[in-house]
Amino acid sequence: MNKMPETHYLNATKGIKSWLTTVDHKRIGILYLFSIMFFFFIGGMFAILLRLELLTPSELYIDSDTYNQFFTLHGAIMIFLFIIPAIPAILGNFVLPIMIGAKDVAFPRLNLASWYIYMFGSMFAVFSLVSGGVDTGWTFYTPYSTTTSTSVISMTLGAFILGFSSIFTGLNFIVTVHKLRSPGMTWFKMPLFAWGMYATALIQVLATPILGITLLLLIIERTVGIGIFDPAMGGDPVLYQHFFWFYSHPAVYIMILPGMAIISELITAHSHKKIFGYTAIAYSSLGIAFASFIVWGHHMFTSGQSELAAMIFSFLTFFVAIPSGIKVFNWIATLYKGSIAWTTPMLYTLAFLFLFSIGGLTGIFLGALSVDIHLHDTYFIVAHFHYVMVGGTVIAFLGGLHHWWPKMWGRMYNETQAKIACGLIFVGFNMTFFTQFIMGAKGMPRRYHLYDDVYRPFHAFSTYGSWVMAIGFFLMAYYLFRSLYVGKPAGDNPWGALTHEWSITSPPPEHNFESIPITEHGPYDYDKVVAKSTFTEK
Amino acid sequence: MTDNTQTNEPHVLPLSIYLGVGSILIFLTAVTVYAASFNFGEFNLLIAMLIATVKASLVAMYFMHLKYDNKLYLLLFLSAIVFLGIFIVITMFDTLRRGDIYEIKAGAIRDAVIYDSLHITPDAHALEDSLSISTDTTEIVIDTTK
Repeated sequence: MNKMPETHYLNATKGIKSWLTTVDHKRIGILYLFSIMFFFFIGGMFAILLRLELLTPSELYIDSDTYNQFFTLHGAIMIFLFIIPAIPAILGNFVLPIMIGAKDVAFPRLNLASWYIYMFGSMFAVFSLVSGGVDTGWTFYTPYSTTTSTSVISMTLGAFILGFSSIFTGLNFIVTVHKLRSPGMTWFKMPLFAWGMYATALIQVLATPILGITLLLLIIERTVGIGIFDPAMGGDPVLYQHFFWFYSHPAVYIMILPGMAIISELITAHSHKKIFGYTAIAYSSLGIAFASFIVWGHHMFTSGQSELAAMIFSFLTFFVAIPSGIKVFNWIATLYKGSIAWTTPMLYTLAFLFLFSIGGLTGIFLGALSVDIHLHDTYFIVAHFHYVMVGGTVIAFLGGLHHWWPKMWGRMYNETQAKIACGLIFVGFNMTFFTQFIMGAKGMPRRYHLYDDVYRPFHAFSTYGSWVMAIGFFLMAYYLFRSLYVGKPAGDNPWGALTHEWSITSPPPEHNFESIPITEHGPYDYDKVVAKSTFTEK
Repeated sequence: MTDNTQTNEPHVLPLSIYLGVGSILIFLTAVTVYAASFNFGEFNLLIAMLIATVKASLVAMYFMHLKYDNKLYLLLFLSAIVFLGIFIVITMFDTLRRGDIYEIKAGAIRDAVIYDSLHITPDAHALEDSLSISTDTTEIVIDTTK
């Protein structure tokens, strides 16, 4: 039976103040964990309420204006408050410095500041929630967003402030990776999680300012009446979409790259096999980061942009598939002849491979100009991006959370319950969203409150799926909380993995390492080094 | 720590370089003003931007020390300009080429039809009864009295 270490980062100092003024990257990760998961819960509740409303073709319990606000809040909260910060701020903060053998991130105070800015920005989002909501959709498209009477200004200001939190985290990670790697940790001995975080950080720093400026321009147009997007004053409404997607398309990769980074770790640790194509995966992260900047117009094929631009964007879009394909094939090749352990993180990894492949390939359909004319603004789009964002990023995040949970808290969750929850989420997710591919292809438009009776069976089935998924999430919340109190001590290395974080105690000591760690073997040298698992169920 | 090849000593340039670069900047400002008194037609913008770019580069290279620092910083600085360039150029593929193939003309906005509020189910027979579609104008006329 394992024992918990006597002192670790969780009990090194005590009291609320020690948490609110901490500069320890691990504690900041935990602060982020609770605040981000709170907003995940709020965003998830809106999703359940929306699906419930869509159970019947006519009005069930909310009117159309409320419906518009619900889907806007679901989108805005999930994107800006959950999925963009989730992996870098929670798992990146907690794991990245330990992985590369550092005692902390390069700028610990900036790190804490990023959390306060996140909380400050989220206050604005909460304020717009209670002060009348927003009904523009999470994209705040002009001209509607400059004319609607709802709280667009406070919501966009919130997103503007949250952008700074994102930039601070990105900046911190770039410098940390450049300057704080331990002796022997060369660029190509870095775990792929660090590569993924690095690529994400580059996009965060380069792209987020554009969102800030765009939202600021929107606010200026609304308050002062300067014609930037309003044609009546010489502006161009499509220009807003250019601005918006020049950030928001790279932001899609701010969301998915960390997910891919996690999968690279999980797939090797739980199949105990050296990663296949390390350099290809590392470079493909940078390839995705670059390609993400030149494809934004594929969100605008039917917006009235010129045919020439649409053709160029459609052509460029296909390039994104190459680095993503490289990654997927390398992961599958890693599994081949591996010693696969059917742990919860592994189940999430396999779920990711299925769901992300579907999400990615339907993205190719949509990138094809002629097909998109038919499918734009239908549920096909909704299904596609949920397959990428939930099936990809959220599933990877959950896999990572289960993988590093014993490291965070020193205790193991109930594996049986975890596997059941994973199954429920996987099945519920496919019930909810695969149905939407079909009804989207049949012409059901997105964002409609009332719909044609022929789509009723699809909508009903999709709603039932959302309930299955919700049960899975609640079960997960239950056993994760429970594990904090009654979970069995996990030991230092419950998965038998080789990266640095598994060589220290769980939970880690306050300053991570007693002496500077020296990297003697690669992060995935399962063919040379055997690390025994420290955790057994009995 | 592995690629930390730099020292933390501040890099000090002789005063003459600062003064030299400063006077070039003032000279180029005068050139900008002088050039503005001629009309080069469509080259007006190009010439003004060219002078401004040279000035900005001088500031970045000497006053911001990019010329003497780790080349990584120069790379980061330039990448921001490259991405700005990508944004402007590709956006202009749209804004300068609209209506090449198909011009969208303004027309009256028609009200959307929500079938539910008309209490009709949109199967083929019901549609034929409640909508009269005239093919030559492609206008849809809705008869709500039925």
